[in-house]
Amino acid sequence: MKAGLLFIRRNPAMCAATTVITLLIATALFAPLIAPFDPLVIDLGVVKQAPGSGHLFGTDTLGRDIFSRVVYGARTSLLIGLSATVLSVLIGLLAGMLAGYAGGAADMCITMVTDLFLAFPSLLLAIAISVLLPPGLFSVTLALCLVGWASFARLFRAITISLKERSFVEAARAMGCSHLRIMARHLLPHCLPIVMIAATIKVGGFILAESALSFLGLGIQPPEPTWGAMISLHRSYLPSAGWMVLFPGIAIALTVFAFNILGDCLRDKLDPDLRV
Amino acid sequence: MTFYVKRILLTVPTLLGISIITFVLLQALPGDPVQGLAGDRADPAVLERIRQDMGTDRPVVLQYAGYLMMLMRGELGRSLYTNNSVRGDIAQKLPNTILLAAAAMLFSTIMGILLGIFMAVNRGTFWDRLALMLSTGGISLPVFWLGLLLIYLFAFRLQLLPPAGMGSGPGALAFLVLPASTLGLSSAAALARITRTSMLEVLSQPYITTARAKGLSAPVVVFKHAFKNTLIPVVTLIGLDFGSYLNGSILTETIFGWDGIGRYAVEGIFQRDYPVIMGCVLTGALLFVLVNLAVDLLYGLLDPRIGCAAAEPH
Repeated sequence: MKAGLLFIRRNPAMCAATTVITLLIATALFAPLIAPFDPLVIDLGVVKQAPGSGHLFGTDTLGRDIFSRVVYGARTSLLIGLSATVLSVLIGLLAGMLAGYAGGAADMCITMVTDLFLAFPSLLLAIAISVLLPPGLFSVTLALCLVGWASFARLFRAITISLKERSFVEAARAMGCSHLRIMARHLLPHCLPIVMIAATIKVGGFILAESALSFLGLGIQPPEPTWGAMISLHRSYLPSAGWMVLFPGIAIALTVFAFNILGDCLRDKLDPDLRV
Repeated sequence: MTFYVKRILLTVPTLLGISIITFVLLQALPGDPVQGLAGDRADPAVLERIRQDMGTDRPVVLQYAGYLMMLMRGELGRSLYTNNSVRGDIAQKLPNTILLAAAAMLFSTIMGILLGIFMAVNRGTFWDRLALMLSTGGISLPVFWLGLLLIYLFAFRLQLLPPAGMGSGPGALAFLVLPASTLGLSSAAALARITRTSMLEVLSQPYITTARAKGLSAPVVVFKHAFKNTLIPVVTLIGLDFGSYLNGSILTETIFGWDGIGRYAVEGIFQRDYPVIMGCVLTGALLFVLVNLAVDLLYGLLDPRIGCAAAEPH
């Protein structure tokens, strides 16, 4: 308890970010319990109502409750942001560690492919991929993954190369550890802190990218509520009924902000060399 | 010298790879790729010519070779809707995008460096922490939402600036202000952070202590002695960030009705105009590669020590 209080006092930003993220995840998980209305139900009797007691964030042009839609939107954003991050970390881990550890021709090939994916402006590539696939959860996640894995591969490769000549790896090899065991048990734990930092920041980046794809109509399709699509749909009402655009935008900004702050705090704690 | 030659040669496999990826994407297109490339209303003779050029009946490798030849000639196909040559459209819109990106770059460089120096000089104070928070906030905002809010505030509420469009003549500059600041904001935030780090590192060097000990005023120390050495990572980031301008211009141009390739790409997306989309992707990737090349070469010029170090594959 005392240690907990001390931690909060020393890292107020980290605590705030963790709280926000926990609340967001809880919101996403328990969306049906939290949302007072069905996010899809159209009620033409309460069109364009300003935020108030009946509808916390107001209603949109079809009378749908904005608060409920924002709550359900958290599901999509977090699901895509987190799963795309996990998948791209895994791909990056396999490719990067293999390249760094094996060296030689394997390294050259993998590095070439990695550099290639990094040579595209990310959103542009994500757009090109999403256009080809039938829109939906799977295609957005896949597009983000294909765009995002390369930076993780580069990171894992760099760390592996910096570690593999160190004496503890040599000792492991001398004791007869297999290559797989060296990679999994000796190299991987060293990569984790840095990868955790990068991954946390990447979640924010992926959520921003998902909202951009939704904004362009390439994300999860309506009527499913996504934050990006809500902004896109009602953007012409900003002067007259701003809440329709304001609240989904705040939701995106707050979520991404929380992940970025958490990433920064983790960096300060885990890797003082990288301190910004 | 070998560093420069090596670096330039390194772009060749990248460019080839980009063409392979877009080729694969084109193959995955729904429908006939030749029809897709030429457009529904294309002349059958043109179709036949492209078919022969691409040789869709030939093995994939030969097809790719044909595609590569087309790209080398700068051929990007025709829009499915307007039947305009995509190359012509892009050539016409590209200067607008570059103008917008340059203005955004100017904005973010000035804002970012000033804010970064401000933070470094006030290190550890309330203002430093506030500015750091703000710069994290700047990275976290969705570009399209920020653009909408700025339009609402400056065009509808305050009526200071035009909401959208490009304008011409002497008033054109006013049209540039909002889109350029929207596009530049997140880069400014990133730049501020890197400037802060770099400046803090330089300020802890012994020669800065010497300069201070000589009794030089703080501004002279910061701007004359420390600033130049702060610049190298900053310049790199400005260049590397070019990709984010290309990404951002897709959204910014749409919001502000700016007639550049970003909006062109989005129109292509809405109409499922595949040749237009692929043309924009290729152009974007090509620009990105060229800018990265330019940055690396410039980097070598800025710091002669880099020439040897950077010649190693990173």
